[in-house]
Amino acid sequence: MTEKPLSTVAASGSPASGAGAAPAPGAPLLQVEDLEVVLSTGSVTGRVIDGVSFGVGAGRTTGLIGESGSGKTMSAMSIVRLLPDGAETSGRIVWRSQNLLDAPRRRIREVRGREIGVIFQDPLAALNPIQPIGKQVGEILRRGGMARQDVHARVLELLGRAGIPDPEQRVDVYPHELSGGLRQRVMIAMALAGEPQLIIADEPTTALDVTTQARILRLLADLRHQEGLAMLLVSHDLRVMAHVADEVVVMYAGRVAERGPAREVLERPRHPYTRALANNVPAVSTKTAIAEPLQGAPANPFDRPSGCAFHPRCPLAVERCRTEKPELREVEPGRFSACHRATEVAP
Amino acid sequence: MTYYLVKRLAIGLLTIWGVVTAVFVVIRFAPGDQATVALGPDATVEQVEALRHSLGLDRPLLVQYFSYLGDVAALDFGESYRYGRPAMQAVLERFPATVTLTLTATVIALIAGLLLGVLAGQRPGSLLDRAVSTFTLGLQAVPPFWVGIMFILVFALQFRMLPSAGGGSPAHLVLPAVTLSIPFTALVARISRSGIAEAMGEAYVQTARSKGLTERSVLSGHVLKNSLIPVVTVVGLQLGNLLGGAVVIETVFAWPGLGSLLVSAVGNRDFAVVQAATVLIALCVIVLNLTADIVNAKLDPRIRLEAPR
Repeated sequence: MTEKPLSTVAASGSPASGAGAAPAPGAPLLQVEDLEVVLSTGSVTGRVIDGVSFGVGAGRTTGLIGESGSGKTMSAMSIVRLLPDGAETSGRIVWRSQNLLDAPRRRIREVRGREIGVIFQDPLAALNPIQPIGKQVGEILRRGGMARQDVHARVLELLGRAGIPDPEQRVDVYPHELSGGLRQRVMIAMALAGEPQLIIADEPTTALDVTTQARILRLLADLRHQEGLAMLLVSHDLRVMAHVADEVVVMYAGRVAERGPAREVLERPRHPYTRALANNVPAVSTKTAIAEPLQGAPANPFDRPSGCAFHPRCPLAVERCRTEKPELREVEPGRFSACHRATEVAP
Repeated sequence: MTYYLVKRLAIGLLTIWGVVTAVFVVIRFAPGDQATVALGPDATVEQVEALRHSLGLDRPLLVQYFSYLGDVAALDFGESYRYGRPAMQAVLERFPATVTLTLTATVIALIAGLLLGVLAGQRPGSLLDRAVSTFTLGLQAVPPFWVGIMFILVFALQFRMLPSAGGGSPAHLVLPAVTLSIPFTALVARISRSGIAEAMGEAYVQTARSKGLTERSVLSGHVLKNSLIPVVTVVGLQLGNLLGGAVVIETVFAWPGLGSLLVSAVGNRDFAVVQAATVLIALCVIVLNLTADIVNAKLDPRIRLEAPR
């Protein structure tokens, strides 16, 4: 809450910090600077991520929040270069003082799993249906040359750490034989196997029922505290964010709308879009809860409105919003907003 | 599993009964019977009638049918009038040559087809994918008997590299096996291509990549086995068709197998041999299909060979 969030990347569009420099103490573990992703699907080409900057501090949790299609998952996946074919990336993704965007493939493979682990949204789809779960959790260890016996013991330990009861009984079962919550725990065990410093969790609770969601969130929070893991959490669910994140990055149509300490941003938004999201959290969270009450459809990143992409849906929109793209600027200490009328946004 | 096997066995027996009946009906409605064919065009009506009587062909069809069914149930397929010995014996004698031919063709088709399928399926929509797809479409479109004749013209007559006809040596096997494998190769290539292309888009492949595996490890560990299931199903079903294709190819190359025996038996109206051969082929198809199902259940733990309770 008190950490200075990433003032070095405040001015989006100016990749500043020197390459190869050792990270200063307290500096972010991961820094995404002016990320752009151009995606070509068939006949359409669009800049689906347009100048996104954010960071994750060591042992901290940054949340990426926004509606479907806002580019939050794509921003997260571009860090480990897991983007669809035809995606072209530019900008800088600084991990341990190395820009991953121009790192060789071999280096990316080292980073994947061993430095940055990934938890995917739908554990049933994300687990190989015809491999026992233990084999999948231990795969990264086996590939790393660990002896068979050690792998087995370590897999049992990982399953236990992810809160799976009776790991010995479950190590040889297949994903379809487990409940949704247990499957997500398997994913978590798998992400932990390579002992990463950062975990990217893409909607880790979306496919789960509400009680299971709470348990998985508690597990992620516990792991974070026990192991000092940093986390990049992608979610459309503000309640999840309020629960887990230290900083949040609110995304709209492939751009950052607002960024800052989680509680402050969610309680006192400095962007009309964040305010709309925050005001529309219903008592019981559902998948579509935040998308529906907002007026109008989310902007299409392939065909973004001029000026501020949010202006067609914005109650505060004025003529300037239609013509001039608002830059992300520090509107109060530690708070960044890409809104011409940021100071007029009432909670 | 036991219930499943019993059920499949019962269905298999029913299938055999259907095949026996169909062959019985079709062959008896074909013009001419073995008495007229055996005695030739110069025989008198009395001679033909006498032979028909001694062969039992003058009995009512239903009587013939049930007596035949009884014999088949007792595994007695009758005598071949042409070869003068039990029909099944003549059939089984030719069987190994056909098995050799079809198995060789299957191995060629699996290796070549999977190779093409992996090449194409890894990057769906790429130039390589489109090239391979066009090529396999071509393979599937050409009639095998024509390819066989072209092979004989080129490799046997023109270059004299390989024998054009007969059996007995591995060299004799090459042309008929390759010819027979061509449509099957195309089929395996197309099925495995779509299986691999589909698997490449699965979320678990993304997960495998997120663990830092090389593309090769991703392919071998998480794509190939997962995309094999439709391939196994199709191979199991198509091996039956392959036996059918072997009938034509064996005739083109004079391969001494079941197929060429069957063709000449039909020509001679040697009912006993035709029936024995078709029952054996039907049995092979049933066993192969069952094997494919069992292999798939081993490949995919989600497939259960159990009856729903």
